[in-house]
Amino acid sequence: MKIERRNFLRILGVTGVSLALNKPLNAKPETAEDVEFYGILYDATRCVGCQSCEYACAESNGLPEPTGMPEVGIVRKTDETRRTIVNAYDTSKGEVYLKRQCMHCNQPACDAACLTQAMHKTEEGPVIWRGDKCMGCRYCMVSCPFDVPKFEYHSANPKIIKCDMCHDRLLEGQKPACVENCPAEALIFGKRRDLIAEARKRIVENPDMYVDHIYGEHEAGGTSFLYLSPVPFEELGLNTKVQKSSYPALSKGFLYSVPTIFVLWPTLLLGIHEATKNNHPINPEENE
Amino acid sequence: MNNTSEITVEKTTAGKTTWQFILEELKPKGKIFTPFNIISVPIILLGIVLIVIRFIYGIGSITNLTQEVPWGLWIGFDVVTGVAFAGGAYVITFMVYILNMHKYHSIVKVTVLNGFLAYVFYAGALLLDLGRPWNVINPIIGNSFGTSSVLFLVAWHFLLYMMAQLIEFSPTIAEWLGKKRAHKILSGMTLAAVIFGITLSTLHQSGLGALYLMAKDKIHPLWYSEFIPVMFFVSSIFAGLSMVIFEGSISHKVFFHQISEKNKKAHNSIIRGLSKICAGAMFAYFFLQILVFVHGKHWTLLNTGMGYWYLTEMIGFVALPMVLFYYSYRRNNILLIKIASIITILGIIINRLNVTVIGFRWDAASHYFPSWMEIAVTLCVLFIEIWVFRWVIRRMPVLSDPPSWVTKNK
Ligand code: SF4
Ligand code: SF4
Repeated sequence: MKIERRNFLRILGVTGVSLALNKPLNAKPETAEDVEFYGILYDATRCVGCQSCEYACAESNGLPEPTGMPEVGIVRKTDETRRTIVNAYDTSKGEVYLKRQCMHCNQPACDAACLTQAMHKTEEGPVIWRGDKCMGCRYCMVSCPFDVPKFEYHSANPKIIKCDMCHDRLLEGQKPACVENCPAEALIFGKRRDLIAEARKRIVENPDMYVDHIYGEHEAGGTSFLYLSPVPFEELGLNTKVQKSSYPALSKGFLYSVPTIFVLWPTLLLGIHEATKNNHPINPEENE
Repeated sequence: MNNTSEITVEKTTAGKTTWQFILEELKPKGKIFTPFNIISVPIILLGIVLIVIRFIYGIGSITNLTQEVPWGLWIGFDVVTGVAFAGGAYVITFMVYILNMHKYHSIVKVTVLNGFLAYVFYAGALLLDLGRPWNVINPIIGNSFGTSSVLFLVAWHFLLYMMAQLIEFSPTIAEWLGKKRAHKILSGMTLAAVIFGITLSTLHQSGLGALYLMAKDKIHPLWYSEFIPVMFFVSSIFAGLSMVIFEGSISHKVFFHQISEKNKKAHNSIIRGLSKICAGAMFAYFFLQILVFVHGKHWTLLNTGMGYWYLTEMIGFVALPMVLFYYSYRRNNILLIKIASIITILGIIINRLNVTVIGFRWDAASHYFPSWMEIAVTLCVLFIEIWVFRWVIRRMPVLSDPPSWVTKNK
């Protein structure tokens, strides 16, 4: 009996280990530099606030036509009917527009949070949502540092709504709808590494025009969507308190300790049980 | 085997098949128009109507959840707080089966039953909160393992722990049905189930805290630290035990006739023992909180509204009941112990809600406050749980002594 129990526990311990180690073993490459993610570079100095991207996005994704327009003092937000939004801000350099959407993090919190792998960082770079897997727990929304995923609260078959960088179009060799339809070339699509080089070049060539910061190069451990701006990013309502390292790293320590506990605990508990067994005379009235 | 035991079995099943026996037991026992029934039945019915509405018109039709605050009362209270209170089961089984503290043996069964029902119902409440519950099997049958997710771990542990608790409780079911052979086999599995259960509990009690680790920028810094998992684990010890004290006192009154003489006598001594353990665990917790606070260097935050709220929690709902527990343990003051346990329970509710709801997006323009319908559904779940609990207590030898064949056979 005792041996059987031990074996049983050992098997459980191993199961715990494989459950927890599964991911780290075939995890995504740790640094952005090793992978060739595609991304989008948005240059706020070029954006004219025409909302072409909003209309193109709505059309391409079967969403209702955008309402409202960029207006200083009004912060429109993405929601379950719009995946991208352009807002206007009154800044130290006059009126500046800013487009918002999913950042397509290199190591996305939403992907790490998702217990069904419905949220998924593709090899190409876009972070996509897969309805056949999602159970609607909304943990991705809790975890995303940019508050991007939205939920259809008023549907019996709710979906998570967020920008997917037009992943389907990319697979067909097309650019994302917003990039394709931007008349001011404020959006460009390409390999993330090339985009960063291009952004640096613009900063170096026109140091007066830009702040020396590519938002998304290091934010949240690096994102596939990159921003250039004429003014500091806090003036444009971007989350500048966001940490520079990846968000999934925050719960790694806990997840790594799981296999250890799974092996140590049962052994320890059984040991204590054996050690204390004879300390207390067993009351004959008790069963077990 | 001796004669008396034979007779008892005969009496319980009296020539009927097990199924006939179970069917018969399903009928209500006891009075129907008790105050509890009169209050709970309408709320349960209301809750069921609301649940139907929720499945037809979506979660937003009865909750106040927003795009910024996607988890509200159902997760923050039902699941996160409820599971902390259910922690009593692993602590008590640890004391009895691992440390061999036989004094507490008489409360094992009822605590495990409570824990088991809590998990069943809170996991059930979790299903209500899932937007696409038909996909809930995805992380279980293995076509989509999100193994890097803390929620994946927690979900699995809930499931496994429920099984472990069912095994721990199963000998009592066998006693009820008069199944001697099954009783013997199931009792033999208890230790393994206990060890497995404690391991799982350690991980998912802390895991519930770890869920919020990635929400670093969203939780008020006074409640966020990388040590949330440790805090959740340590506090689940005294949360669970306070619930055992509180719930035990109520059961003691309500089910007085079912409790065996021996257990009645042991009751006060058990409560006193638990009070000492609570005081110790709370001391450790309080100390850890101070360490984390000093480490976090949040001194300036103390002089804000949230800071006062934090101090209220720490002093009024941790330090105060800690002192009360210790003092009343020394003075052998049972009433004061019960009061301390109630303050502790309130403190745990406050703490869990501070992390999950109140301190979550504390800086957002619009705050989330649960709708009356969310509260009604929560009460509905709670009342159904109490109904099931009462049903079991009235039928199975949980508080009462097991049938004589169990003890005689030993
Ligand atoms: S911005 Fe949010 S939703 Fe988009 S990839 Fe990053 S974590 Fe996921
Ligand atoms: S809501 Fe869906 S996509 Fe988001 S974490 Fe849950 S299962 Fe994953």
